[in-house]
Amino acid sequence: MEGGFWTDFAWPAVLLVIKIVAVIVPVVLAMAWLTYAERKIIAAVQLRKGPNVVGWFGLLQPIADGVKLIFKETVIPSGANKVVFIIAPLMTFVLALVGWAVIPFGTWDGGKLVVSDINVGILYLFAISSLGVYGIIMSGWASNSRYAFLGGLRSAAQMVSYEVSIGFVLITVLLCAGSLNLSEIVLAQKERGLATVLGVPALTFLNWYWLPLLPMFVIFFISALAETNRHPFDLPEAEAELVTGYNVEYSAFTFALFFLGEYMNMILMSAMTSILFLGGWLPPLDVSWLNWIPGPIWLALKISFFLFLFILARAAYPRYRYDQLMRLGWKVFLPLTLVAVVVYAGVLLYAGWLPK
Amino acid sequence: MADTAPQIKNLSINFGPQHPAAHGVLRLVLEMDGEVIERADPHIGLLHRGTEKLIEYKTYLQALPYFDRLDYVAPMNQEHAFVLATEKLLGIAAPPRGQAIRVLYDEIGRILNHLLNVPAFAMDVGAMTPMLWAFEEREKLMNFYERASGARLHAAYYRTGGVHQDLPAGLTDDILRWVETFPKVLDDMEGLLTDNRIFRQRTVDIGVVTKEDAQDWGFSGPMLRASGVPWDLRKAQPYDGYENYDFDIPVGKNGDCFDRYLVRMEEMRQSLRIIRQAIDKMPAGPIMVEDNKVSPPRRSEMKRSMEALIHHFKLYTEGFHIPAGEAYAAVEAPKGEFGVYLVSDGTNRPYRCKIRAPGYAFLQAADYLCKGYMLADVVAIIGSMDVVFGEIDR
Repeated sequence: MEGGFWTDFAWPAVLLVIKIVAVIVPVVLAMAWLTYAERKIIAAVQLRKGPNVVGWFGLLQPIADGVKLIFKETVIPSGANKVVFIIAPLMTFVLALVGWAVIPFGTWDGGKLVVSDINVGILYLFAISSLGVYGIIMSGWASNSRYAFLGGLRSAAQMVSYEVSIGFVLITVLLCAGSLNLSEIVLAQKERGLATVLGVPALTFLNWYWLPLLPMFVIFFISALAETNRHPFDLPEAEAELVTGYNVEYSAFTFALFFLGEYMNMILMSAMTSILFLGGWLPPLDVSWLNWIPGPIWLALKISFFLFLFILARAAYPRYRYDQLMRLGWKVFLPLTLVAVVVYAGVLLYAGWLPK
Repeated sequence: MADTAPQIKNLSINFGPQHPAAHGVLRLVLEMDGEVIERADPHIGLLHRGTEKLIEYKTYLQALPYFDRLDYVAPMNQEHAFVLATEKLLGIAAPPRGQAIRVLYDEIGRILNHLLNVPAFAMDVGAMTPMLWAFEEREKLMNFYERASGARLHAAYYRTGGVHQDLPAGLTDDILRWVETFPKVLDDMEGLLTDNRIFRQRTVDIGVVTKEDAQDWGFSGPMLRASGVPWDLRKAQPYDGYENYDFDIPVGKNGDCFDRYLVRMEEMRQSLRIIRQAIDKMPAGPIMVEDNKVSPPRRSEMKRSMEALIHHFKLYTEGFHIPAGEAYAAVEAPKGEFGVYLVSDGTNRPYRCKIRAPGYAFLQAADYLCKGYMLADVVAIIGSMDVVFGEIDR
């Protein structure tokens, strides 16, 4: 028998664990300080200071919040279904984490910086984000509270409707890239596109799909807002209507898990948007000193940009009503994306731009 | 199998009293078919403090501070109704300077109120930024309150026959300076709301009240004017010299939440006009009637005159007597017609003091307004009603 236990199983497993930790730790840390960034940015919009007491400029605030939430008592309502009640936040949290398995962070020595380079990466992501709704429905149902129940129902309807349009947007990207592998999608944005057509290959940012697929890009970002239950689509947790919706009965760490899950989903959706439309880890210009900056940093910058938009939207917009949200999803985005799929496919086919 | 058929019943939700959009302690029992409201049943009384009864056991001067605690968002406007009622019974009127100060602070109170209501309404439909912008301005206005009366909120500043103290030096200049800067804040708020598509979708054609219905339900103030009835007590039955001021009454067209929002925004701008005029035209002279039976004698006089000392003592212990009779005085408070119906039996305490709170009339229409709309609209409608439980529960 060639190889043996160590080379065949143990060592790859250790490597995999190292990879996973290398992805999860930065993501969780990013999530922690995303809450800080959100509070600071919204504070700036609202002419306040935001957290500024714990640590320098309040930088340790996320730690303090986390510690507080861990040490509080987890209250389980007497009428709740205990098992489901506990599983729901775990589910939200875990699903928000496992999505990161297929996010490519760059290339290194010709290899790809990704935990799992599967060929249906985009479908995997889509599936994971669709499953995210279960955490919310389960919590809404298990809490045995009417507000939570309504929040869960809203969220189910909302996420399902916006996934339809997200699906069609993904198809247009796939048509352009010719692959379901996220790394391949990024690499496709490096080699072909508008910049190559115009004869200025150094301007890689023109190659990225945001420009040719601009309407899709916008729809995708808005759907991402809806998919992550963020303003102006935060109906499941509408504070003014449902108090906080599905997580109203949660306290302490179970609440923290929901919170972590929501913010991690935001980062995940931002990463997805960056990869699909902003060339993932690619630098905006194909010049040597920009190429020297490692890919993960470019990706982080692009993710930060989208997160900033997420936060600004929260500061600026009122909230949709339930039926208006549905109308937007089914009567505006769905027809638009459907038509777009046909149009883009037609153009690609007749211009001969279909990927080989 | 009739008895095994599934029982379908409406979902009923206790909206409040612990609810972020209940504006205090409203308990609204909602009966819903899914998200659509079938019946909205407002329950009141959770903030009942027995104000009207308490007033019967207080002298007229001691009764005054209770009015701050009714609609605590714009305290002085309520005081105004009470002092007007007592003045009516006594047959006196405040001197011109006192009246001008009252008008000035009435309008500051109106802005205070709308600055709370409009962003709270915006927050109810999900926009949280205007709230914090507005509160910065409210803070400045409360400083003006404090500089005149010594208290940021519960001012107890108006008195039968005038106001308690004259304005401190420099206050009017600071108010004028603020009047110059405030429209910018209003513009910013409007920039975030008025043309915002989502805000419009949430408010236009929501909670529509027709002209007739608004009158039938006893609406007043912005709730009535948004429905297209140009009824404002400052114009209709001017008090304390409102007839001398040049201002417009904004009137809505559709009577929906959006119109109510617009009316309030415009009222703030009109209030600025009145404030500017009140300060520009502020006459010199006494701030209170110089009748020591109702107004305290001057400090300096009390050092010299025995009679002044006695007056002072009598006024602050026994209070003044009001001849038997009854009077109704109403002011255009920011929320609507705020009235005080006083019955005097000739003693130093009111026999009865009935308070007409505008919010009470709005709230009784909750079912009529909310029926058929969705849960999210209930929040918007209550927000646009501008209810404050201090005055509704009394």
